[in-house]
Amino acid sequence: MPDATEEFQRRQALKEEAKAEGSLHDIPLQREVAAAADVPGAQLPPGVDRELADAAGAGIVIASQRELAWRRFKKHKAAMVSGVVLIIIIIGSLAAPLLTSYTFSETDVTSPLQGPSMKHYFGTDTLGRDAFTRVLYGGRISLLVGFAVAIIATVIGATIGAIAGYYGGWLDNLLMRVTDLFLSVPFLVVLILGSLLLGPGVLDTVIILSLFFWMYDARIVRGIYLSMKEKEFVEAARASGASNRRIIFREMLPNAMGPIIVASTLAVAAAILTESVLSFLGYGIQPPTPTWGNLLDDARNLAVSAPWLILFPGIAILITVLCVNYIGDGLRDAFDPQGQGKSL
Amino acid sequence: MGRYVLRRLIFSIPVLLISSVLVFTATRATTDPSAAIRENPRATAEQVQRYRADLGLDDPPLQQYLHWLGDFVTGDWGTSLISNREIRPEIIDALLNSLVLGGLATVVSLTLGISIGLYSSLHKYSKFDYIATTGAFVGLSMPIFWFALILQLVFGVYLTRWLGLTTPIVYTSGVTSPGTDGFHLVDRLQHLILPVIVLSVQVVAVYSRYMRASMLEVLQSDYLRTARAKGLRERVVVLRHGMRNALIPITTQVALDVGAIAGGLIITETIFDYPGMGSLFIEAQGYGDYPVILSWLMVTVIFVIVFNLIADLLYAVLDPRIRYA
Repeated sequence: MPDATEEFQRRQALKEEAKAEGSLHDIPLQREVAAAADVPGAQLPPGVDRELADAAGAGIVIASQRELAWRRFKKHKAAMVSGVVLIIIIIGSLAAPLLTSYTFSETDVTSPLQGPSMKHYFGTDTLGRDAFTRVLYGGRISLLVGFAVAIIATVIGATIGAIAGYYGGWLDNLLMRVTDLFLSVPFLVVLILGSLLLGPGVLDTVIILSLFFWMYDARIVRGIYLSMKEKEFVEAARASGASNRRIIFREMLPNAMGPIIVASTLAVAAAILTESVLSFLGYGIQPPTPTWGNLLDDARNLAVSAPWLILFPGIAILITVLCVNYIGDGLRDAFDPQGQGKSL
Repeated sequence: MGRYVLRRLIFSIPVLLISSVLVFTATRATTDPSAAIRENPRATAEQVQRYRADLGLDDPPLQQYLHWLGDFVTGDWGTSLISNREIRPEIIDALLNSLVLGGLATVVSLTLGISIGLYSSLHKYSKFDYIATTGAFVGLSMPIFWFALILQLVFGVYLTRWLGLTTPIVYTSGVTSPGTDGFHLVDRLQHLILPVIVLSVQVVAVYSRYMRASMLEVLQSDYLRTARAKGLRERVVVLRHGMRNALIPITTQVALDVGAIAGGLIITETIFDYPGMGSLFIEAQGYGDYPVILSWLMVTVIFVIVFNLIADLLYAVLDPRIRYA
């Protein structure tokens, strides 16, 4: 009697495999592109646009996959705009001291709860602190947490996924059951308990979030490795005596980078959102360190008297996360032109 | 099929046992069981000691765990340290409230998500598809607690003020208006509308994208071409042959999401003062009410496990390519 869950998982794995194989093969060989472009009206391989083919035919014959991906990324208008906006937001928060004459903790009891004005772009809070300054500084922490979590989670997830996919067998089974376990726990509850255990600092928050963000990378990378491990180049590496470790990290990993980059970009967005939720509920990073989440927590009871204190940090989160998500979508299209339009 | 269900049920017993150990350890590590009495300035050291002895807090951890597990399984979940009420009815009430809210949000999100996704897939790259995609991106990027605060502000304060009303059109907190006794459908709905909107925003975005992708895949399938070749009307092809198959992956997702309702509505329930499982957890956590947290976590875990099973079964039932016996 075949086991339904196994069957289900096998099907999922097959799907992931198919996807992974797609992403490896659908970036057509530059030669093919050039050849097709030479003949007017020739049938282009799917996923290749005319302009690119023309460019290739016009003499730019050598283009790396990275260059091709970049050219495709540039076509995704929303992603390009998002990239620019995100860079502005990052520079803005890093250059906060240059953009504002206040400090984030400087109080001014003579002007509490003032609405937005030329003096205070985003108004002031109960203690007369400049809300614009606080949003800028809050962005530093929120962005730092977002990127740090994505990087750490990607390293953990890619390693686990690579090992599971490469070795297969009982090790794969064990690692994937652990992954499923992590995926099925009530996320926010566990984060709250975790922050109670570790503490409310920036580093603690990064650690806790990272522990619950690696599962998606693990699954994706496993799928890719599963489909890649029988390929000739892996065979060749093995025959020439390369160690498993070398094959996993030096031979196979570069081929899995596209989907990994996409997954970790989306993880940045999710981590920024989650940090804000945790801080908002009072379990994340605590004041006086401002983050977009705890700024909103502070302002929660002032919503009626000072709506600007709610409005601006929320918009900051929304725009940042939206930009990161669009960039992730653009990257996906760039690395996986076949899957276009199936985003999110 | 029967044997498969039985086997899955038997297999979930060790999973539950392991979870109960984790739940017990996590709760003990994160709450101070005698915080309630220690904060009372008039409690003498002797009283604190007796309190701890009464609760069995000085017994060896293993003994405490077994004691608790035995009580939990036999239905004796103890009393809350704070309210002194029995925990079981309290959790059941909260669970029912959460299920009403979550269930309603699921129905709304499913209806909207499937319709939007279906229409988008049939009119790929149309203006509607473009707007729906943008909407989904915004929905997914929205900090929902912020969205909830904005809705409260707009509906609770501004709209009432602009329209010159004495009572708001929809309420921004609680379950029923004070002074109403019995069940008033309109009043109840007025309290549910905003939380349901907040819960649905992200879920609609996810479901509509999921439906769109799933439907696009189905539209390219051979059996759809066969259906057309047989001369079936386009409506029948799309709805009966296409949509029904495209719904299969979503069904699994919905089952998992429903299982998460028991513990997953923390943000919305706290902001809207809705007395469900989420607000119960935050409250119990704030007071260090560990007996409540223990039972709460176990109920949540059971929900997740049961609905995981349901999701797998649904998948098998709906997709005849998977056979059991």
